[in-house]
Amino acid sequence: MADHSEHPASFWTAASLLPPLIAAALFAVFTTFLPAVAAGETLRYAWGWIPALGVDFSFVIDGLSLTFSLLISGIGIAVMLFSGRYLAGHPQHGRFSLYLVSFMLAMLGLVLADNLLVLFVFWELTTITSFLLIGFSHGSEVSRRAALQALLVTGAGGLAMLAGFLLIGAETGTFELSALREMGDVLRDSPLYIPILILVLCGAFTKSAQFPFHFWLPNAMAAPTPVSAFLHSATMVKGGVYLLARMHPNLAGTNTWLWTLVIFGAFTTVFASIVALRQNDLKQTLAYTTLMALGALVLFLAAPGGYAVTAAATFLVVHSLYKAALFLTIGCVDHATGTRDARRLGGLARRMPLTALAGGLAALSMAGMVPFIGFIGKELLYKGGLESPASPIIVTGAIFAASALMFAVAGVVALRPFWGSDGKMPLLDRPIREAPLPMLAGPLVLGVLGLYFGLSPHGLQVHVTDPIVGAILGDPDMAKELYLWAGFNLALILSILTFATGVAIYVFQDRIRERIVAAESRLMNFDALWDRLLAAIGTGARVVTDLLQPGIASRYLMAVFTTITLLIGSAILIRGLDIGTVGLSGVDGVHVVVFGLTIAGTLLAVVTNSRIAAITGLGVTGTGVALVFIMFGAPDVAITQILVEMLIVVLFSVAALKLPTLPQRLPFFHRRAHAAVSIALGAIVAGVVIAVTSVPLDLRLTEFFEANSYPEAHGRNIVNVILVDFRAFDTFGEISVVAIAAISAYALLRQRKTKGSQ
Amino acid sequence: METLLAMTLGCLVAAGVYLMLAGDLLRFLFGLTLISNAVNLAIFTSGRITVGGTPPLVPDGAYEPAGDVANALPQALILTAIVIGFGLFAFALVLTLKAYGLLGTIDIDKMRLSEAKPDEDKA
Amino acid sequence: MNSLILTTATRLIVAILLLFSMFMLLRGHNEPGGGFIGGLIGATGFVMYAIACGTSEARAALRVRPQQIAAAGLGVAALAGLSSGLLGDPIFTGEWLMIGASGDSKGLALSTVLLFDIGVYLVVMGGILTLVFALEEEI
Repeated sequence: MADHSEHPASFWTAASLLPPLIAAALFAVFTTFLPAVAAGETLRYAWGWIPALGVDFSFVIDGLSLTFSLLISGIGIAVMLFSGRYLAGHPQHGRFSLYLVSFMLAMLGLVLADNLLVLFVFWELTTITSFLLIGFSHGSEVSRRAALQALLVTGAGGLAMLAGFLLIGAETGTFELSALREMGDVLRDSPLYIPILILVLCGAFTKSAQFPFHFWLPNAMAAPTPVSAFLHSATMVKGGVYLLARMHPNLAGTNTWLWTLVIFGAFTTVFASIVALRQNDLKQTLAYTTLMALGALVLFLAAPGGYAVTAAATFLVVHSLYKAALFLTIGCVDHATGTRDARRLGGLARRMPLTALAGGLAALSMAGMVPFIGFIGKELLYKGGLESPASPIIVTGAIFAASALMFAVAGVVALRPFWGSDGKMPLLDRPIREAPLPMLAGPLVLGVLGLYFGLSPHGLQVHVTDPIVGAILGDPDMAKELYLWAGFNLALILSILTFATGVAIYVFQDRIRERIVAAESRLMNFDALWDRLLAAIGTGARVVTDLLQPGIASRYLMAVFTTITLLIGSAILIRGLDIGTVGLSGVDGVHVVVFGLTIAGTLLAVVTNSRIAAITGLGVTGTGVALVFIMFGAPDVAITQILVEMLIVVLFSVAALKLPTLPQRLPFFHRRAHAAVSIALGAIVAGVVIAVTSVPLDLRLTEFFEANSYPEAHGRNIVNVILVDFRAFDTFGEISVVAIAAISAYALLRQRKTKGSQ
Repeated sequence: METLLAMTLGCLVAAGVYLMLAGDLLRFLFGLTLISNAVNLAIFTSGRITVGGTPPLVPDGAYEPAGDVANALPQALILTAIVIGFGLFAFALVLTLKAYGLLGTIDIDKMRLSEAKPDEDKA
Repeated sequence: MNSLILTTATRLIVAILLLFSMFMLLRGHNEPGGGFIGGLIGATGFVMYAIACGTSEARAALRVRPQQIAAAGLGVAALAGLSSGLLGDPIFTGEWLMIGASGDSKGLALSTVLLFDIGVYLVVMGGILTLVFALEEEI
């Protein structure tokens, strides 16, 4: 993926230019909502979709959805500009752009939806589009596996979430989030609260890659770098965080919610930051820092406190900005040098000064240095942790450990490639040059924004964090102010300690890495476990298939008929069958002869081993049936029956020339089971028909046809009038079937004889 | 009368199922034809039999059929069912011919191309 | 089959059968008959012809390919069904034109229903002939 500069292709193509323009247009539209949302308004738009089920295409713009929309479309501009240049000349660039834009739109739909089912639809759309993006290099086994893994994990979570949503709808009677806001107590007091919570959290945790569902996210690095930047910063994984924030008014506020989120969030954040330090591939390092950030966000959405939610809102923005910038920076490095291995890169700052600047700005924000927005974010995290109702020690401790490790990782990502020795750099046949402008613009702007928001956080607070807190907690006044200098307090002391610890970790990183690698081998490997799970599913499926599908067709038939017999038979045995009066009234000699003829023909077809005899027997039976129709006043049916019977005999006779003689059948006593099932089924059908005819018949339909056939439809033959007038649409369907059957059979016969099957 | 009809069509069903289970495609087709007939008879019987009933025709000069008239609705259903049943039969017959041409057998248990066991010789 | 009697008789019988099939089709609205029966009779005629004189002769006598007859029939039926939509009624409503209707007599009754029945006739005849001809040529 890294060497597309070798075939210089134009950046000025639709595939390169359209996506960033679309993103920019959306971004511009969303910015127009900022004043209204900052003023505390909530805008809602709805169109009817399935009114019968109370499902509308409804969208809402409030602090939460607007911030997410701005992040998605804004970072979308940077990512799409980057990928326009990064993939220029790639044979499937157009396809890639389509996937990327679809993904962005699905993500926007997800965060803007006001209806749970609409949200679910967009949720699954992000799953599918991310599958396509992760598996974009579909020639590679690794990519395919990663894509499938992401699809299965997040898809399964999405289905669990849908079940949760349906339970919510059943409990409250609405799927509209704006209506649900007021019904949090109904849900919290519901006996179904725990199932709902578990199901919804399954969706959120799989999407946001919380431990133990974390393994798909680092694997998703198989995607091209701009995709990783997008997936990790503003989209996909943030979908789970968004869901937690959105469901906060409905589900949060219980100890179950609090402790579940604290435990999963804290564990994920610490675990991820340790594993991040261990990686050598810079992209993998960043992937694990994303897990760390997601863990922190989950941790802070656990508690309903003002600091906690303000911290989550701020950190959401902080992380999106620096993560996108760093991914794109590493993409630039990879593009220029062909490697992302931290151990080999070094001294790039001289050749790629602007890239180094962008990476440096983002890394400083990530490390939480003054005066970047990352510093404010970290301060708020500490304050939120200290006031956590769960356990300040656990929360603050987790954040401290994660922040210190983040500090060190920021150094690994931003210092090592650009400074230090370049002795191990891979040798290239081309000079290492500064990244082209479309690739650089995004990370630079994002890095500068991190600095700008740090220096002047007020705008961010008014337009982003206050409205988010308002949307989550229902009261914007609970939002805390964003200060660069908040006075000398415990959070500041913790910050200083973090820097010191971080520096220490950075200095001893190689030794620590060895330890982690050594420890890792003793830990459970979830990725391998996943493979075992998939293999087990495959084995299980094979066992079941072997059981149900022995591959012997006659057993399938036997199974089908036995099942029918047993099902209807047991129903009859349990419920009884009212067969009324079994009478033979009105039977005369002619009837006996006709029925006798019918049965005789049938018996002949059953017992004979001669094809001609069997065909004759069938013809006799068919004729007998036609005579039955004649006797009971159905001339049209009788004529049709006799004609079709003739044609069947003709076709059988023609086909018999081509087919072998009938195999000698096994003697009757060898097929006792077949005979038993056949006789039982015949008896059941006869019994059911007798029972049906013994209850009064509703003749209204027939009477309508009789009364209206001539006056309305001008026809005296009621059967024909029904066929071509009253129920002409049905007849049209039926003649279509005849035409299709004929044409398919014709195609089948005319198909060239396939070779190699014998 | 319905009882007699029901018993007749019960025989047809039993014979049809027995033939379909026989294990070769030609007998399967025979069984299919018998079951088609049986089902048509079942629909016909469910619409009630009028012994000595006249066909559902409106006599000249009248606006409605007079006297005991056979039920027109099941007749209309069966009429199309017969034709569709013929289409199904013909298609199945073509499939049988084709299968015999390709595999050289009409024994359904020997047709194992799609579900061959790996340990068996793909004869 | 090289039976002179059969070949000669068939030419006559086929003609009669075709005429009879038209008769059954047209009288179908008021007497037993109709598109299904008419189509089956017509098909039977050509099937006989194919048995007596060979499929290629029968195809030649038919002039158009049977698939085309079936497709045309489907088109005619669809047209008949949809035409009422053009007149503002729900589709598949029968539309009638009585020429020379007076008092009790309905005169010459032309209708989309008749057109629909002709479509059925063509589909049934074309479909069955497609099948039978293909099967016979396969042998």
